[in-house]
Amino acid sequence: MRHLMSPLDFSVEELDRLMDLAVDIESNRAKYAHACEGKKLATLFYEPSTRTRLSHEAAMLNLGGSVMGFSTAESSSASKGESVSDTIRTVSCYADICAMRHPKEGAPMVACQHSSIPVINAGDGGHQHPTQTLTDLLTIRSLKGRLNDMTIGLCGDLKFGRTVHSLIHALVRYPGIRFILISPEELRLPGYIRFDVLDKGNIPYKEVVRLEDAMPKLDLLYMTRVQKERFFNEEDYVRMKDFYILDAKKMELAPEDMYVLHPLPRVNEISVDVDDDPRAAYFKQTQYGVYIRMALILTLLNIEV
Amino acid sequence: MVKNTLNVGRIEEGFVLDHIQAGRSMDIYQYLHLDKLDCCVAIIKNAKSSKMGKKDIMKIECPIDFIDLDVLGFIDHNITINIIKDSEIVDKKSLHLPHEIKNIIRCKNPRCITSIEQGLDQIFVLTDSEKKTYRCKYCEEKYHGRLK
Repeated sequence: MRHLMSPLDFSVEELDRLMDLAVDIESNRAKYAHACEGKKLATLFYEPSTRTRLSHEAAMLNLGGSVMGFSTAESSSASKGESVSDTIRTVSCYADICAMRHPKEGAPMVACQHSSIPVINAGDGGHQHPTQTLTDLLTIRSLKGRLNDMTIGLCGDLKFGRTVHSLIHALVRYPGIRFILISPEELRLPGYIRFDVLDKGNIPYKEVVRLEDAMPKLDLLYMTRVQKERFFNEEDYVRMKDFYILDAKKMELAPEDMYVLHPLPRVNEISVDVDDDPRAAYFKQTQYGVYIRMALILTLLNIEV
Repeated sequence: MVKNTLNVGRIEEGFVLDHIQAGRSMDIYQYLHLDKLDCCVAIIKNAKSSKMGKKDIMKIECPIDFIDLDVLGFIDHNITINIIKDSEIVDKKSLHLPHEIKNIIRCKNPRCITSIEQGLDQIFVLTDSEKKTYRCKYCEEKYHGRLK
């Protein structure tokens, strides 16, 4: 039985097959509409989420399956002190597959050790969020037609942003990837990723502070939100939160085929006047998130259509 | 003047751990859980050593499959292990960094699931043998510092 804990759990070839399946699902929705009939997805969300929980549920419903679960720790037996291992043993009796989000890092790993059903890590603290990375990869491949030979700008909170860290790990497996890391000094990419992943893998990268300087050189811009919960004092957060605002004026500096991605939710970092730009791909990205999760559920359940 | 010599008798079967950094033998006693074994253990602290100045030595009398010594590779890979049978050294075990260590060190990341989940083993995995990096199996936090 297979689980998904990290985006690197799949080889490049397996990812290709997963994305091919997602593309087939996108163009043949009816073909997959009953693929999971009689199957149940449990969404075990120990902390709030909009997109991740709903996209997993939408994916299972689109496949003809049904969903059950909880959306906060308070509405589960965790509030009575139940361990993750006991919860998953119980849920294994009710459902065929589960998606778990937990504030503690490594909780889904504990779950998969005691589970008799596939477990999808739907985010564990600041550690991993593999289905977001799969979504990002599918979006990039669908829009650009490739995952290699690209200059990718990563902008915003590169220090704490787990989506950026996971995406870097996933993209360096493809040839010809270059990064421009756009962040304020305080939110630079951590050394262990710069040295251990980029330097070690001879991946070309440049660090810049001004977004405008990077824009003309990019094939893709990945924006991130500065997360309030990561700061110890309000003053630092206020100083950082509006450091980057992508607006229509800055988009004029970008090539015509430079797509903008964002894991969402956004706050101020992308102005709403960018939303109508055909290069604004963050809502398409959300849609791709459903297709890749459909493909993932089918793959983990070993269902062939 | 007191002579600085101490004799500890031979053992029939077991291990002699030599070249232990002076003062660390009691730590090793704990890590090998020797307190839970009903066997004869001799600990010699601060023995003279031409190589190290002073060192600790341990003699453990027990069947040689009784103790998993792999963890010593993590604690101090300079330790020499002599395997004794019929009162003779029959083999010397060389130490490598173990791939995985269980319940020897604790994850210090307060956001790690090991901080709240009952009965969960503390497992660290060797992720970079060149840099001797161990990371928590669950949250991947790097282990900093040495054993106490």
